[in-house]
Amino acid sequence: MSVGSKYETVVGLEVHVELHTKSKIFCGCSTAFGAPPNTHTCPVCLGHPGVLPVLNRQAVEFAMKAAMALNCKIADVSKFDRKNYFYPDSPKAYQISQYDQPIGENGWIDIEVNGETKRIGITRLHLEEDAGKLTHVDGGYASLVDFNRVGTPLVEIVSEPDIRTPEEAKAYLEKLKAIMLYCEVSDVKMEEGSLRCDANISLRPWGQEKFGTRAELKNMNSFRSVQRGLEYEQMRQADILDAGGEVVQETRRYDDTVGKSFSMRGKEEAHDYRYFPDPDLVRLHISEEWKERVRASIPELPDARKARYTSEYGLPAYDAEVITSSKKLADFFEDSLNYTKDAKAVANWIMGDLLGYLNTNGLELSDVKITGQGLGEMIGLLENGTISGKIAKTVFKAMLESGKLPQQIVEEQGLVQISDEGALLAVVDSIIEKNPQSVEDFRAGKEKAIGFLVGQIMKETKGKANPALVNKLLLERLK
Amino acid sequence: MSITLKDVEHVANLARLALTDAEKAQFTDQLNAILKYAEKLNELDTDNVEPTTHVLPITNVLRDDECRESLPIEKVLLNAPDEEDGQIKVPAVLE
Repeated sequence: MSVGSKYETVVGLEVHVELHTKSKIFCGCSTAFGAPPNTHTCPVCLGHPGVLPVLNRQAVEFAMKAAMALNCKIADVSKFDRKNYFYPDSPKAYQISQYDQPIGENGWIDIEVNGETKRIGITRLHLEEDAGKLTHVDGGYASLVDFNRVGTPLVEIVSEPDIRTPEEAKAYLEKLKAIMLYCEVSDVKMEEGSLRCDANISLRPWGQEKFGTRAELKNMNSFRSVQRGLEYEQMRQADILDAGGEVVQETRRYDDTVGKSFSMRGKEEAHDYRYFPDPDLVRLHISEEWKERVRASIPELPDARKARYTSEYGLPAYDAEVITSSKKLADFFEDSLNYTKDAKAVANWIMGDLLGYLNTNGLELSDVKITGQGLGEMIGLLENGTISGKIAKTVFKAMLESGKLPQQIVEEQGLVQISDEGALLAVVDSIIEKNPQSVEDFRAGKEKAIGFLVGQIMKETKGKANPALVNKLLLERLK
Repeated sequence: MSITLKDVEHVANLARLALTDAEKAQFTDQLNAILKYAEKLNELDTDNVEPTTHVLPITNVLRDDECRESLPIEKVLLNAPDEEDGQIKVPAVLE
């Protein structure tokens, strides 16, 4: 029996997003990913005695921008607090975070699941510093500590418990990712840990208002693994409730390789973080003028763009959704439309050949050389009959690899479509002569036989024959 | 509000302090005395006073997003109890 028939699932997500500032949040060390261990550290981020953190203005503005894009109210006064805990990934034995005066509160985003739009509340967004990275060695008896990541600015985005299914959780994360990319506050690479997600999940019988006891699920490192982790966890809790048991409030680690979650014991007392205001950092006053300046830097966001693509260009909602899910893709789409008016054709090439190529080869748009101008002009060549659809595929692939414009590719490779009736007729006649059996079959009513003849003609012309013209000429000759 | 022996044990544990029974009793008394002294502040009406989070009358101390040179790795590792491959080696703490 499925979980959904007896219990309602309630999920709230905590998402950490690394802001892509050049330097760390409280010192001038670089935030670049992949440097040799501990080479991006200094007395400030190593927590040496007597040093003073100084807040990075860009980190504050990225956080404000992200909060605004999530429809949060921006604080007039904000401050930083120390969250105290002992763990080898934190050299100071506290993390500088924000407790009761976060940068932003009370926002929302809209997600779409199964064609229905749903609003998910954002409780808060606050700024904090990232921790270091531990690698366990010696059979688990020792850990190696790399402090490069310590002090990378993060925003923590906490959702309301408005999410009801694992699919909604995934849709929420995808929307969040798109918004962060549009705002250009983070590169949001989950494989590099620049977006991380924890989930609070509980079950309650349908109709019950009070939330059930929740478990906190950690260590989900892809959107798919969030969905799978939540699916597993809702089954686990449903089994407990079905057996008349009680769910224990605890933190659980999800292991994607085995598809199960495991209790992380002994954390209860460690959760007493004894927050207090950080005396090394002064208050932050955010003026209306500052807010407006940051607000003006927010570009058109995915929802607005999607609505515009359906109304202005007449794209189907699905196409608009796919294309606007990435800002770079949407920018490419719009750039193409400077060179052709056929928005649907551009969308088809993007969703078919372009995304197909990128997905197959595990590439990003920035890894290929094709330009919006190239795609737009290629569609123009298709429209005016210079090239056939088949040739267009060849041209498109060449553009991906070389970035050359289609006209140049067509000329260099001699790909111009043969639309000259006289020239084609000669080929048509020779193919008819060479394939009397097929001609006979066609005349005897086997209409499929014409496909073979067309194929032979295309082969003879190396795919350059104008297909419509070939069909027309063949039919005339066979009558 | 008063501090119990249990509170002292809890805070000592969070701070990773190993206290003897005599010390626990002593700190319980001392902390209570400090709290009692601070209670004097409750005599003031602070309804319209914003909580003080900082004693300096300054706000918005910010720096531009510019990179500065980090410490050379030899110096970073100078205080490390043990090291391996440029990383600080510590006993595993399993969550």
